[in-house]
Amino acid sequence: MNFKHKFVFLFPGLFVLIGILIFPIIFTIRLSLSGWNSYTPEMNFIGITNYIRLFTDDPRFWESFFRLSFLSVTTVILQYIIGFALAMMVWREIKFKRFFRVIFLVPMMTTPVIMTVIWRTFFHESLGPVNDLLGGLGVKPILWLSDPVIAKFTVIIVEVWQWTPFMFLLLLAGLLSLPKEPFLAAAIDGASPFRKFVYVTFPLMAPISIGAIIIRLIEASKIMDTVFVLTSGGPGTATETSSFYIYIKGLREFQMGYAATLSFTYLVIMIISLTIIAKVLTKLMIKE
Amino acid sequence: MKTIKTCVTALISALLVFSPVAYADKWSDQFPHIKATGDIPGDCSYESMSKKNYKGKTLKINTHAVPVMGEPTALHAEQFAKLTGAKVDVTHTPAGDLYAKAMVPFQAGQAPYDIVFGFSNFINDWRRYLEPVPKKYVEMKQMKDVTPSHIGVASWDGVMYQFPVDGDRHYLKYRKDVIDNPEYQKQYKEATGKELRVPQTWKEYGEMAAYFNNWDWDGDGEKEYGSAEVMKKDDLMYAAFYSRSAAYSKNPKTPGGFFFDLETMKPLINNPGFVEALTDWVEATKYVPPGGINFGLGDEIGSFGGGQTLFSFSWDDAFVAAMQPDSPINNKVGAAQLPGAMKVWNRKTNSWDEGFNQAPFFVWGWAVGVAKKSKEKEMAFDYLCFFANEANHQADIGIGRFGVNPFRNDDFKVDVWTQIGWDKDIAKSYVDTLAQMEQSKNRVFPLRVPGTFEFNAALATAAAKALAGQLSPQAALDEAAKQWEDILNRVGKDNVRKAYAVGVAMEDNKQ
Repeated sequence: MNFKHKFVFLFPGLFVLIGILIFPIIFTIRLSLSGWNSYTPEMNFIGITNYIRLFTDDPRFWESFFRLSFLSVTTVILQYIIGFALAMMVWREIKFKRFFRVIFLVPMMTTPVIMTVIWRTFFHESLGPVNDLLGGLGVKPILWLSDPVIAKFTVIIVEVWQWTPFMFLLLLAGLLSLPKEPFLAAAIDGASPFRKFVYVTFPLMAPISIGAIIIRLIEASKIMDTVFVLTSGGPGTATETSSFYIYIKGLREFQMGYAATLSFTYLVIMIISLTIIAKVLTKLMIKE
Repeated sequence: MKTIKTCVTALISALLVFSPVAYADKWSDQFPHIKATGDIPGDCSYESMSKKNYKGKTLKINTHAVPVMGEPTALHAEQFAKLTGAKVDVTHTPAGDLYAKAMVPFQAGQAPYDIVFGFSNFINDWRRYLEPVPKKYVEMKQMKDVTPSHIGVASWDGVMYQFPVDGDRHYLKYRKDVIDNPEYQKQYKEATGKELRVPQTWKEYGEMAAYFNNWDWDGDGEKEYGSAEVMKKDDLMYAAFYSRSAAYSKNPKTPGGFFFDLETMKPLINNPGFVEALTDWVEATKYVPPGGINFGLGDEIGSFGGGQTLFSFSWDDAFVAAMQPDSPINNKVGAAQLPGAMKVWNRKTNSWDEGFNQAPFFVWGWAVGVAKKSKEKEMAFDYLCFFANEANHQADIGIGRFGVNPFRNDDFKVDVWTQIGWDKDIAKSYVDTLAQMEQSKNRVFPLRVPGTFEFNAALATAAAKALAGQLSPQAALDEAAKQWEDILNRVGKDNVRKAYAVGVAMEDNKQ
């Protein structure tokens, strides 16, 4: 038997890998070295001009990146805390446990764009019900979408509402898979619920927590639809994120070459920063 | 003899009166959309189209989302299919994606759509991929009635690439029931010492809007506000800014460019004229409805059309919507040219020229072309010609949500509007406003150069930063001007100059 035949079986997988992962990345790199735009629609070669422009003359990209970092870290922390609390709640034997489990998942099952349109209507400063309700309580109208600072928190509220269920689902699955023995031992030792959480539940959940946080950070760092529908990046550029900025450069202004540069740079930054975050989280949360 | 004359006159009158009605009945029974006029004879009328046979052929159209332009496109597609036997596939696309949805296949050498809708300022980027409108259509009667300004907007260097289906300009809309109210005039005079009248300048506009802000001046139990404007970044707000800037920066004494100095190609958008306009606009954030800083075009139409504000300025849609029978402010609105200014920047002398200045802005509007690579060009042009035939056009311009606005000389007749229920005075103020803009010799046309999107986006981002308080007006426009310089360097000054010269020739009345 020819030993090399076994490699034939690898080809389909290899082709798929090249087709869906390697080729798009290589194409993006090549595109980033071109000046393809609406008036020069060709894959010409302009060297690293786009990269020089990005690193020396595009503060808007970096501002959007730091804004994205703030939004994604804040939303994921909130999602983790709320998701963990909800998971703990339905992990216990409570009434209507199954009902709550389903209810908590509803936001995640809705279409983000449609739900954001509904949220935008809620928060509409002159026509929306939120300010009407606050007005009834004697509170002055809040500029949910028009104030540069408050608008960021409005985006956070919508993101947390939409994606906390995902965190809840992962953490609940983790809680359900925990061994029972450590909890029995803690009960025999007379540990309070708080000590049980701090010394048993939380450490046991650490690996799952890290996985959930990283998955959500990856997702949150691509935040686009919420910003697009809710604020269009405004007021001014107050809620503009990297992916929204790349969309504007690529598909609004048709600067395909430059948008590819932004995309590739963003990809590299994300790979490096998420690797560092994963290492730091592991160090902080998992004790040997 | 007198009896015979009377009989003949009566007979002729009866024929004249009843023959079009009889003709109209034939088609308006099948197509109620044109029930007001019936079919109007012409090369692309219902009658003419019914003689065409496109059975077995498919026409593919990419248009805007429903209702603005999307609804009339679909409606006329359905009518065209019934008349000619063609199959017409209509795809609806959000405004922000119209450019890319056509441009991506254009650049790849494909034509997934025979007809592409977009904005008239796409012309410079799109024209190399569009089929020029054939002579047969350019010379048709219905085309001869299109105003010279809109022929210019649809053409490039004398070649028509876009089939005129819409006419656009920005003008002022105001609440006539407030401005003409003697009680409010007295009250305003006592409070400010000034006359309450249709604002002649942007300063007057701001003063009146601030006065009529945040109180219930129409007695409906709800608060009303000063002005509704398109202030949302990436939602056409740059056009609103150009409208506000024209009076301060378009100086008839300094031809040769509004956006750039055509000679040097130095961006002019951070000169004191533009800065003054942006300063006014930042002030306007205080008299728009809550959340007004995030108003897009749809919000502006809904806000003014719903009776929430005293003033508004942008395209016709808000005005036509306000004049529809179901509107709460039907026949309570007026139209006027955009306010002017009591000074205008002179870039030659580097100083302000004192005195009243006004400059209409012929903002871009809906435009449509036929793909050069389309295999159904004849059918595509027939469809567009049918879309814009006299009967369809008259019916379309009276429906605010359609986004089809006047662009023919016949549209500037008062009767056209009184027939659909408009008050005569209001109809007159409307058509007079449009006609005066056509006649103006100090007009601004939209930027139509390579990289238009980049220029407008840079300007919009800077203006949005100023409106949000992130930058001062001067700093914001300096930032935009710097970005315009960068874009110029990337695109090539000569490329931009060559294209910009076409628009400047129109502004300087050389075309």
